[in-house]
Amino acid sequence: MLIFGVPSQALFAQLMLGLVNGSFYALLSLGLAVIFGMLNVINFAHGAQYMLGAFTAFFLLQYLGLDYWWALLIAPIVVGISGMIIERLFLQWIANLDHLYGLLLTFGLALIIEGVFRNFFGSSGLPYTVPPALQGGRNLGFMFLPNYRAWVVVFSLVVCLITWFLIERTKLGAYLRAATENPTLVRAFGINVPRLITLTYGVGVGLAALAGVMAAPITNVSPQMGANLIIVVFAVVVIGGMGSIMGAIVTGFGLGLIEGLTKVYYPEAANTAIFVIMAIVLLVRPAGLFGRRA
Amino acid sequence: MEATATKPEVATSPLAGYSEAIAFVAMTLVFIIAPAFAYPVFLMKVLCFALFACAFNLLIGYVGLLSFGHALFFGWASYVSAHAAKVWGLTPELAILAGTATAAGLGIAVGLLAIRRQGIYFAMITLALAQMMFFFAVQAPFTHGEDGIQAVPRGRLFGLIDLSNQTNMYATVLVIFLACFLLIYRIINSPFGEVLKAIRENEARTISLGYHVNRYKLIAFVLSATFAGVAGATKALVFQLASLTDVDWPMSGEVVLMTLVGGLGTVFGPVVGASFMVTLENYLTTIGQWVFVVQGVIFVISVMVFRRGIIGEIARLARIKL
Repeated sequence: MLIFGVPSQALFAQLMLGLVNGSFYALLSLGLAVIFGMLNVINFAHGAQYMLGAFTAFFLLQYLGLDYWWALLIAPIVVGISGMIIERLFLQWIANLDHLYGLLLTFGLALIIEGVFRNFFGSSGLPYTVPPALQGGRNLGFMFLPNYRAWVVVFSLVVCLITWFLIERTKLGAYLRAATENPTLVRAFGINVPRLITLTYGVGVGLAALAGVMAAPITNVSPQMGANLIIVVFAVVVIGGMGSIMGAIVTGFGLGLIEGLTKVYYPEAANTAIFVIMAIVLLVRPAGLFGRRA
Repeated sequence: MEATATKPEVATSPLAGYSEAIAFVAMTLVFIIAPAFAYPVFLMKVLCFALFACAFNLLIGYVGLLSFGHALFFGWASYVSAHAAKVWGLTPELAILAGTATAAGLGIAVGLLAIRRQGIYFAMITLALAQMMFFFAVQAPFTHGEDGIQAVPRGRLFGLIDLSNQTNMYATVLVIFLACFLLIYRIINSPFGEVLKAIRENEARTISLGYHVNRYKLIAFVLSATFAGVAGATKALVFQLASLTDVDWPMSGEVVLMTLVGGLGTVFGPVVGASFMVTLENYLTTIGQWVFVVQGVIFVISVMVFRRGIIGEIARLARIKL
């Protein structure tokens, strides 16, 4: 069967791959949005922390024999804690300065983290196999669906929705949103805002690490796996606007799909599709699809 | 409104009022005698990056806009200049002009998009657009991908002066650098420059005073892109090479770092910062990938404890303008 001159198998395979990429965009831009909301910092180290998640999974398997499922639990916690340490050591001291310093600081941290890993592991990727329970795939008739990719999409979606629920529908989330609006007032109510900020950064970074673990079996584990990805995620964030959690999720998955379609119909533009969309959105809706006008 | 005008920084010595002029003469002298002590190619690299950083500083230091995509202008100007000199056989001054015009055109396109959003978004948009153009550079046939444009002829300036002679090339680069430096100095001290500083200090109030802020931002952006283009186009002739390194994002980060180390919003800071970083990297070539780690550490130190930069600190301690 052909769809616009493309075999359906190829089309749906690329769309699936697009959704997988979209999962990573969604998780990463969600983390960026959560961090930006609380800290007013664009976390440039997000890509490096995504890479740290993948490497933690690799180390856990290599040296402790802990498999993928353990990594899914442990890596976000370990990397999240390292994020909290970074927040305590660096970010809290520049909280009152121009936002741009936060960007520069986290850019410096990204250079350090990625540079160190490149020194020890070179540029070539390290393999990480798909866990046995998710190997293989099933034939749906119109396409062949690899189990692992389906798992990534479903699990990311669940994690995104849980994060959305935590922020929009729980007491802790209400504190968080209140502290975003007016930290001084929230402090006056006896809520430890600095600790909330540290926790938020830890969670945002943890989401990046989780995406890294899920990416490990798909792309190789390599020191620069996050460097180029983070720039695409920045474009995703510009398109979606950082005002809305749901907006970040929808934009992430949506752009992944569009990128997948571009790969099928116009492969030359696959790398640049998201940037072109960003330019168009800036022309038509400068505040972003889900952004509030500043 | 305050009733009394705030006093300018007290000048401690009669010469302090001329601090910028003295510093300019000193800088010029240093660059004139420097070839006696250092390799000309190394010095020309310093000059090109110093100009690049000055161009970048025009934007961050005086309008308060952080562009994270300036490698786009530097790198594409370098490609076009190299292509013009090698394939079209243009004379060096025309090749540099072609590169500069390319950067100016790209500056208009990117500027029109990027100024639609403020602050942190501005940085992300410039970075994303620069990355897009990086992918174009990877795919476009004339850039020769990973190889870059190699063996670019330096040619004869105005058809007369042979630039393959190292001294002639150095003199040319120095003249280009000094001319652009003075032009940038003139821009930031003009009425136009004062409006830019007003936008940096308080954008809302500048709008209420009746200025078309976006028009000023766009002009400043295009000027910054153009000077970055001069730097990139000249560098292509100096090294006789245009490569992907010049358009990639680490280059954008590097120019931010140079300016930050030297001092944001100071006239001489970018020159000092560029000299410092280029010298440092020259010594660090043997340690390979650790260069990025060193850059990262300098970034972190600068942001945490050294935000005024080298020249900013000197100017503060000596209470002079630099």
